[in-house]
Amino acid sequence: MTAMIDITNAEKTFTMHLQGGVELPVVRGVSFHVAPGECVVLSGPSGAGKSSILKMIFGNYRCDGGRIGIRHQGTVIDLATAEPRQVLSVRRSTIGYVSQFLRAVPRVATIDVVAEPLIVNGIARAEAREQAGTLLRRLNIPERLWALPPSTFSGGEQQRVNIARGFISDLPILLLDEPTASLDAANRAVVVELIDQKKHQGVAMVAIVHDDEIRHLIADRIVDVTSFASAA
Amino acid sequence: MAEQTLDDQPLLLAENLGKTYGKLVACRDVSFALYPGEVLAVVGESGSGKSTLLQLLSAQLAPTAGSVSYRMRDGVLRDLAALGEAERRFLFRTDWGFVHQDPAQGLRMAVSAGANVGERLMAVDWNHYGRIRDTASSWLERVEIDTDRIDDAPRTYSGGMRQRLQIARNLVTEPRLVFMDEPTGGLDVSVQARLLDLMRNLVSELGLAAIVVTHDLAVARLLSHRVMVMKGGRVIETGLTDQVLDDPREPYTQLLVSSILPA
Repeated sequence: MTAMIDITNAEKTFTMHLQGGVELPVVRGVSFHVAPGECVVLSGPSGAGKSSILKMIFGNYRCDGGRIGIRHQGTVIDLATAEPRQVLSVRRSTIGYVSQFLRAVPRVATIDVVAEPLIVNGIARAEAREQAGTLLRRLNIPERLWALPPSTFSGGEQQRVNIARGFISDLPILLLDEPTASLDAANRAVVVELIDQKKHQGVAMVAIVHDDEIRHLIADRIVDVTSFASAA
Repeated sequence: MAEQTLDDQPLLLAENLGKTYGKLVACRDVSFALYPGEVLAVVGESGSGKSTLLQLLSAQLAPTAGSVSYRMRDGVLRDLAALGEAERRFLFRTDWGFVHQDPAQGLRMAVSAGANVGERLMAVDWNHYGRIRDTASSWLERVEIDTDRIDDAPRTYSGGMRQRLQIARNLVTEPRLVFMDEPTGGLDVSVQARLLDLMRNLVSELGLAAIVVTHDLAVARLLSHRVMVMKGGRVIETGLTDQVLDDPREPYTQLLVSSILPA
C-alpha cells in the first residue's frame, strides 16, 4: 500500500512538572492511514486529542511511543524517531499545516506571509507574490490590505491569510485544524473548493472540522478519536 | 542532490565541551553538530553557562575539556585548538561573524559607518576604494540604514541602527557562520521586531548558519530551527524549536515556557 501517512499505536502523555509531576495522558493506540487524494476527518469531542494528533503528525508534539510513518521524497520516515533536521526537511517539502491561529512575524506584509512557503522552496519572489495574490483574491482579502501585516486584521481575515499560506504550496500532505471555524458561508465555500482541488491533485489531508455540513462535504473517511482517548 | 550531500556534513562539531574555573563549572559535557544553514538558539537564564559556551564555540576561550571542530572551506573538519594563526585570522575576519549584545563592542564607534563595514573587506585584501564604498553602501541599504548616513560615525546612531550596522559589518564578508550574543538585548520592543525580521530574512537569503544566545524565547522561536536549553552549565533539553517550546519535557524548560507573559 502506498499510504502517505501511516500511523501505528502512536501515543502521547504530558508530564506537568510544575503541577507536581501530574501525568496527563492524551492519546494512545492511535492507528490510521491516509492515502493520496484522500481527506480523513478526525472526530470526537473537545479535549479528545484531535489537535494533539495533528501536532504529532507535524512533529510539533513529540510522540512517546508507536510510529508515525510519512512518505517523504520516495522513502518512509518515522516522525516519532526522526532527527530535527529530517523533520525540517519533511516540513519543507512534504507536510503543510494550517493551524487554528496565524502566528506571523510582526511587520511582515500579508502578501509576503502568504508567499513565504514558496520562496523558501526556491521560487522567485515575483512569481511567489503573484500566486499569493491569486489566492488572497480568491479568499476575498481586498488588495488594499496585502501590504499590511495581518496582525491588524479581524479574526476571519487572519484565518483566511493563514489558509492562503497553507494552501499555496504543492505539498503532498496537508493538515487542517479547523480551517473554516471563523469564516462566513461564502468563504467556507471557497475553502471547500480549495480542499477539493487538493484532492484532485492527490494531496493526502487530515482535518479537524466541527461544522457538520463542511465535514460531509470534505470527508472521505471519518476517524473517531474517542477510541484513542487514553483514559478509556 | 549534490548540494544535499555537502549540506549533510556538519559545519561545526562540539564534543564533550567543558570549561571549569578551579572548582567552578561554567559549562560541561556539551555535544552537538551544527549544519550549514541551520540556526541554533541557546536559551537559559543568566549564569546558565550560555555565554561561556558561545565563547568556547567561537574560539575566544580555550576549553578545559572536549573540543570544537569546524569545517574549513576546503571541506576538512579541523580542531579549533590546533589551528594556525593564519587560519584563525581567516575565521575571525571572514568566515565567521560575531554580533555582540552591545554594538560598541563590535563596532568602532568613532569611525564612519562606511569604514566600519569596509574594514572587514580591506582585511581580506579588497583595495579599490570605490568598490569598497559601493559594497558598504549596498549593505547599509540591506540593513535599512539611509545611505546618507554612510560618513557618520555610529556614535551618532540610535541603538537599533547601531545593531543593524554591526550586522552589516559582520555579513559583508559572506561568512558561513555567525555567533550572536543576545542580539536584541538592549533594544525597545518595536526596534526588536524590526531587527528580528531583518535578521530572519538575511539568514535565510544568505543560507547562514548561526548560533544565537538569548534569554528571550520569542527570539528563539522567530529565528531558530533548533534550540538547546541550558541550566547550571549543562544542556538539559534539545530539539526542534517549536517542539521544545510547545511540548517542553524538562521541569526547568516547562518553567521557562510558562513564565512568558502573554502578549
